[in-house]
Amino acid sequence: MLQDAFRGGRKYWVLLGIWGALVVVGLAAYGRQLSEGLHITGMSQDVTWGLYISQFTFLVGVAASAVMVVLPYYLHNYKAFGRMVILGEGLAVSAVLMCALFILVDMGQPMRVMNVFLHPSPNSLMFWDTQVLFGYLLLNLVIGVMTFEAERKGAPPPRWVKPLIYLSIPWAISIHTVTAFLYSGLEARTFWMTAILAPRFLASAFASGPSLLILLALILRRFTRFDPGWEAIQKLATIVAYAMVVNLFFVLVELFTGIYSDMPHHLHAFEYLFVGLEGHSALVPWMWIGAVLTTVTVVCLLIPSVRRQERLLAPLCAAVILAIWIEKGLAMVVTGFIPSPLGQITEYAPTAPEIAISVGVYALGFFVLTVLYKVVVNVRERLEAT
Amino acid sequence: MSEDRRTFLKEAGCAVLGLGCGLPFVRGALAITQHGSEEEAQSSSQWAMVVDLEKCLNDEVRAVSAAACHREHNVPDIPDPDDEIDWIWDEKYQDVFPDQVHEHSPAEMREMPVLVLCNHCTNPPCVRVCPTKATWKRESDGIVMMDQHRCIGCRYCMAACPYGSRSFNWRDPRAFIQRDDNGEMPSDFPTRTKGVVEKCNFCAERLREGKQPACVEAVHAVAGGEGALTFGNLADPDSEVNRILGEKHTISRRVSLGTGPNVFYVV
Repeated sequence: MLQDAFRGGRKYWVLLGIWGALVVVGLAAYGRQLSEGLHITGMSQDVTWGLYISQFTFLVGVAASAVMVVLPYYLHNYKAFGRMVILGEGLAVSAVLMCALFILVDMGQPMRVMNVFLHPSPNSLMFWDTQVLFGYLLLNLVIGVMTFEAERKGAPPPRWVKPLIYLSIPWAISIHTVTAFLYSGLEARTFWMTAILAPRFLASAFASGPSLLILLALILRRFTRFDPGWEAIQKLATIVAYAMVVNLFFVLVELFTGIYSDMPHHLHAFEYLFVGLEGHSALVPWMWIGAVLTTVTVVCLLIPSVRRQERLLAPLCAAVILAIWIEKGLAMVVTGFIPSPLGQITEYAPTAPEIAISVGVYALGFFVLTVLYKVVVNVRERLEAT
Repeated sequence: MSEDRRTFLKEAGCAVLGLGCGLPFVRGALAITQHGSEEEAQSSSQWAMVVDLEKCLNDEVRAVSAAACHREHNVPDIPDPDDEIDWIWDEKYQDVFPDQVHEHSPAEMREMPVLVLCNHCTNPPCVRVCPTKATWKRESDGIVMMDQHRCIGCRYCMAACPYGSRSFNWRDPRAFIQRDDNGEMPSDFPTRTKGVVEKCNFCAERLREGKQPACVEAVHAVAGGEGALTFGNLADPDSEVNRILGEKHTISRRVSLGTGPNVFYVV
């Protein structure tokens, strides 16, 4: 099975080459960050988390969304997801890997990362987050490898895998819940301190993750002889549509509480996001792009005749990913720091090395994903040929 | 329904609930145990500071307190506010006590400079969130300590602190420490490396030698600075801080958050 990763056509190697080159660029920038310190990023004493932690948050969602194929397939015996499940698990593995790397590159003293395990602190949500993410990575690796290996041999997977699969369902929910608790339990940050943060995270995750999965499935359909199935893609599109509706509802609920109560510190963050606060408006254009994308995708995806067209589905999925990325990967984290506890408004914009490092981490994740999918595709092609 | 069955259902229900909410239960239990130990700590000792707002209106008083602290702890002098490290510094009254001003408050009151520092909270959020116990509440005297050798630089404590009392070393601080003519550091307090968080330690190193914190000592040496800062043990009913708290109108920062600041301000 593994040898399939080393056999491929020209396109495969070119793709890996591109990811590899981006990783090298990221590594070079990271080398600079290691020697000069995090001062080369756009973060400051007021905005202490930026692009890295935002990407971490966004990608935990992508990882958790594997449950949207695992649950229907294993719990409801929805057969159409038979060829999609392994793609979801592969995406989860590479997403968790990227999450871990984004945490690592954000650390001021990455050499001391083992301190998290040497001095376990159950009162810290970050401790729990490392535990659940590590567990989720293991679960998806074990389940993915065992079930796929069994399928390749045409035999049922070992019986002990089944309980692990069932465990992976609540576990997926837990990774994004704990990630939301990381923020929502802080009395210092009104913007994050909302009980709906975890539900919102899950809803947006179940929109962005399956959208990415649809795009990946469409790419595989076009460029390989492996077809994850149009019915499965359509079912995912339905999931994306309703997840987007629920997410939009949660956002509006949040907006209502802030705007109707009219409490200044509830309102400030939303003002900063949508109209700008005291002349500071770096995120305003992004937020409106996000709002337009959300509205358009919700309306279009809810219309069956629209989401059934492949040429429309692909851009719609890309739009969903961008909308959720703006929400989580750009605005959510930074806005928690604006204004600061001392009333200061310090804006944040990532620097070139910071962006290069982030692109490098994504490239490494996609490198792993490409290899994983390559193995899957080769094995499937062989299975279908026999 | 028989009594047995009801008990069983009740217990089973509790068990399911317990499993389902395992995390908060564990956290809750931890919070309770931690709370217990914090109370014990407080009963043994809790250092506190009283800042006299009026006496601190004197620019020199505030300047010497910050200068003494930053010299004592080899705090770098970084000009860029994005990277600046502060242990004790000035903020405007309206930003320190946002709930104490309103739109009709006089401008001179809103703009009044106020000394701020780590509050060494009774229930410190920074300690709660630290994933490595690099910052902790010392049981013997209630100081919120920092271990710069254990800190991984995740800055979760900075997100959790409602007072902006923590600074991160975005770059190597050593190049920004004002050295004397012989190139010596101002004090032998350990310098920090880049990538760790630091803050006021209530001069734990001086308290060990029976001295007052550097800022308190410094203001007392300035004319008009006597009593601008008062330091003492809250657990000692005869301490000077307790005397002031019992006699004067004092406030502390963002009390509604429940962090229990141990720095108080005489209005």
